[in-house]
Amino acid sequence: MTAAADLAPSYELVVIGGGPAGLAAAALAARAGVSTVLFDENPGVGGQIYRAITSTPVRSRAILGEDYWDGAALADEAKASGALIVNGATVWSLDRQRLVGVSLGGKARLIEAGRVIIATGSQERPFPIPGWTLPGVMTAGAAQTALKAQGLVVGGRTVLAGSGPLLWLLAAQTLRAGGRIDAILDTTPRRNWLQAMLHLPDFALSPYFAKGLALLREVRAKVPVHRAATIEAVGTDRVREVVFSGAGGTRRLPVDLLLLHQGVVPNVNLANAAGVAHVWNDRQLCFVPVLDAEFGSSVPGIAVAGDGAGIAGGTAAAERGRIAAIAAVRALKPQAAVPDTQAIRQRLQREEMGRAFLDCLNRPADSFRLPEGDTIACRCEEVTAKQVRETAQMGCEGPNQMKAFLRCGMGPCQGRLCGLTVTELIAAERKTTPDEVGYYRLRPPVKPITLAELASLPISEAERKAVER
Amino acid sequence: MFKRLADSSPAIAISVDGKTVTARAGDTVAAALLAAGIDHCRTTPVTGAPRAPYCLMGVCFDCLVTVDGVGSRQGCLIPVREGMKVETQLGRREAGR
Amino acid sequence: MARAADVVVIGGGIHGCSTALHLALRGLKPILIEKDYAGRHASGVNAGGVRQLARDLHEIPLSISSMDLWERIEELVGDDCGFDAHGTVLVAENEAELAGFRERVEDLRLRGFEHEELIDASELRRLVPAVSERCPGGVVSRRDGAADPFRTTQAFRRRAVEKGAEVIEGVTVTGLSRSGANWRVETTDGDFEAPKIVNAAGAWADRIAAMLGEPVPLAVVAPMLMVTSRLAAFIKPVVILRGRKLSFKQLENGTVVIGGGHLSTPYRDSNETVLDWEKLAISARTVWELFPAMHQATIVRAWAGIEAYMPDGIPVVGRSSTSEGVFHQFGFSTHGFQLGPGTGAVMAELVATGSTNTPIDGLGIERFAAK
Ligand SMILES: Cc1cc2nc3c(=O)[nH]c(=O)nc-3n(C[C@H](O)[C@@H](O)[C@H](O)COP(=O)(O)OP(=O)(O)OC[C@H]3O[C@@H](n4cnc5c(N)ncnc54)[C@H](O)[C@@H]3O)c2cc1C
Ligand SMILES: Cc1cc2nc3c(=O)[nH]c(=O)nc-3n(C[C@H](O)[C@H](O)[C@H](O)COP(=O)(O)OP(=O)(O)OC[C@H]3O[C@@H](n4cnc5c(N)ncnc54)[C@H](O)[C@@H]3O)c2cc1C
Ligand code: FES
Repeated sequence: MTAAADLAPSYELVVIGGGPAGLAAAALAARAGVSTVLFDENPGVGGQIYRAITSTPVRSRAILGEDYWDGAALADEAKASGALIVNGATVWSLDRQRLVGVSLGGKARLIEAGRVIIATGSQERPFPIPGWTLPGVMTAGAAQTALKAQGLVVGGRTVLAGSGPLLWLLAAQTLRAGGRIDAILDTTPRRNWLQAMLHLPDFALSPYFAKGLALLREVRAKVPVHRAATIEAVGTDRVREVVFSGAGGTRRLPVDLLLLHQGVVPNVNLANAAGVAHVWNDRQLCFVPVLDAEFGSSVPGIAVAGDGAGIAGGTAAAERGRIAAIAAVRALKPQAAVPDTQAIRQRLQREEMGRAFLDCLNRPADSFRLPEGDTIACRCEEVTAKQVRETAQMGCEGPNQMKAFLRCGMGPCQGRLCGLTVTELIAAERKTTPDEVGYYRLRPPVKPITLAELASLPISEAERKAVER
Repeated sequence: MFKRLADSSPAIAISVDGKTVTARAGDTVAAALLAAGIDHCRTTPVTGAPRAPYCLMGVCFDCLVTVDGVGSRQGCLIPVREGMKVETQLGRREAGR
Repeated sequence: MARAADVVVIGGGIHGCSTALHLALRGLKPILIEKDYAGRHASGVNAGGVRQLARDLHEIPLSISSMDLWERIEELVGDDCGFDAHGTVLVAENEAELAGFRERVEDLRLRGFEHEELIDASELRRLVPAVSERCPGGVVSRRDGAADPFRTTQAFRRRAVEKGAEVIEGVTVTGLSRSGANWRVETTDGDFEAPKIVNAAGAWADRIAAMLGEPVPLAVVAPMLMVTSRLAAFIKPVVILRGRKLSFKQLENGTVVIGGGHLSTPYRDSNETVLDWEKLAISARTVWELFPAMHQATIVRAWAGIEAYMPDGIPVVGRSSTSEGVFHQFGFSTHGFQLGPGTGAVMAELVATGSTNTPIDGLGIERFAAK
């Protein structure tokens, strides 16, 4: 295992994130002769889609599906490429001088990078409903991660709620693994279909079409699906019941576990803190980095690939990683041989084809993005939707000012679970757009580091002199 | 809430608030707590509300626990090790603990 | 048509907002122009230290008059600004330092200033139980404390508006010229006219001065801070060191703000800063040695603010030496937050009446005139 002390002071290319984008990027660059290091904070590579691909205890291939096992080839390729792959390594800082702050094994290092590819992927969109902070309420992605990485399958009374392909994928995987799902609460607004149909022709040609239909059929055959316009997790010490309202009035289901999911959004923290410019993407309802055709960002030498560049799925993530890596290789080693970008772009285009349909169909309802009353918006600092709305009405124009009033976004998750909610709430209250309102200005460390880790940074020459003097 | 598909991975003993919990190789601290049916791993510093792992992917920070004496660690990112001491976290961390 | 005011205040930091409030309290009509939003820069992101301790002699009168206002801040601005007065303690790390402090405190006494008080090891331990055993004593200023910087700046801004000031945000001053008896202030959103101008443009104030043909040697610096996650309460006063750069304060909410003047790289044209982690690591090591209680702390955020630093480390407060009707209030050299309330009052007095009773000798811009 690589230790902090084993790292070189600099690498030509630093790739941050070991999902499909990062693995593909690192493999391509290393193969072209670029000195490459890949940092990922998880114990193993694979990212979200291929989580624990090298170590999963799930033996039956059918449970996770063939798409999952595709990841093994990527992981092998990266391993064989000569890139240094470092797991358990959390990148906590990146700046426009491309200095990378990373911690592993309780020790921190600062590493200089010739180029950087941020491949930190996506996270699930916040799902602020009453009671979403109670123990027993988790994300669907969490259940999927437990299944992939530890072979844990949901056992008690379980309800899934939300929208988006991953919800159905997790349901299918859980059922195949013998897990229990009592009901699915579908929160997709019906009128989304109208918008989505416009994009159906493209979607019908994309690889996701047939897969998606098959999944829906597989799950619907085994689990009752209810439409839900409101959902509440009820309990004091933990969730006991889920209360939802739909066409048939209000219903209550006793639960041990409520799994929430309404799509994924780019994980912007590291790019934002590095000074990368972002814009609001109204179709995906999230901020995405401003990128050129090679996925280069507004900060020279820093690219963002994979779902962090805007959601397009795991296969697209790998292709994007390759394109970003080719650009890096060309900049670092102009003579090195690289694969043909044209072919990669064609594959990427095919992958991205059905996105518009999926984005429109799975656009989460306003009521599940714009909470009201005592529903918690910021989980860390326990700030309610009402507080955010009232502060916006008082004149607070942006999330950065909001931080100072309410401390929302100032806890350990650094806005990951409240950023979009706070921006959208302010925009709604002030009758403007999320783009106008903007996002939190994020500060490093993008992941908290211990004082001990920071104190462990190697002492620089200059400082040593200062002390000796 | 969760059951194991197969108990084939080697067992690893960790202690959680002084009690022995049997985890499996490949577990993270958060997964081990969930598998053991431990309902919450911390209470919040603001209101003292109980919290349990929420995202299992390192973004929510609700899985914060004390691991081998070091506080506020993300349990969902740390693999278990034989003999590891995990403590659930109550409210604000005591300085000097 | 240029919009007219009695005074145009350039810059919406604590200083510009305080001056605008005090001008409005005197019945004048100020317009404050701020290129970003009030408190976006140093005034909103500083460590919040409200300290009279260890100030340059030239600043002490402004600091004392500010302290009087801090102590009735709620009355002044309608918000307590999170101000608490648990004192500032300057810790001596060794006997030699303590001896130096003793001299300073005695010298202050001779000059009639009583706010700094020498303390021995046992009083130090009583005030700051968490501090390392080795420290032999220090200096305390008991009326000092800390406040919430952004909230404070916003409160001044709000009260200024309530009292008749106009605050215009998102607009940059781009030029100054004479227009009869008035100054014409050109901005990215039209022109303004006023007989008087206050330059409170912080780290950009040299550019305003340059518009008047009055160059100043202002250095743009970006001191850094970092903050921990919430810890159980263990320390009340603000703690600062002399030999090693450190300031240390636990807030009401349990988080600990660690600063002390290590600098990062500022980019004042894009409002950005790039942190220097090696220097933050030095602070981390200092905290580690001095506060064993902090060994388990986690750092959740670090940042820097863009600030003006003058060669002699003290601000520019007073009239322009070239331009009638123009006043300067900038260059607070990393310790101007505490000075905001009082300096605004003094500046308003100077602008409105032509003089002030508070001594500001030695702070004039003419000290930088080419010799
Ligand atoms: C919980 C979850 C489950 C998903 N499951 C599926 C699925 O089963 N099938 C599917 O098609 N799509 C899935 N997705 C969608 C996902 O976005 C995929 O499209 C794909 O994983 C994206 O690949 P990527 O390379 O862009 O990023 P990811 O695969 O997300 O990989 C990013 C990696 O970066 C690491 N990382 C992030 N920040 C840091 C940091 N600061 N320091 C070090 N490492 C860091 C992460 O731990 C992660 O390993 C899932 C998404 C989520 C959020
Ligand atoms: C990290 C840090 C910690 C600190 N800690 C402390 C502390 O503990 N105690 C203490 O007393 N002091 C502290 N200070 C110092 C203190 O913050 C500053 O001295 C003080 O805030 C300066 O206030 P100001 O109003 O002069 O400047 P600023 O707050 O910078 O305000 C100037 C404003 O002018 C605006 N402006 C500039 N040019 C133009 C233009 N052309 N047109 C329109 N607007 C313009 C800017 O946008 C800015 O908002 C600290 C500073 C920093 C950075
Ligand atoms: S469970 Fe969300 S960060 Fe660990």
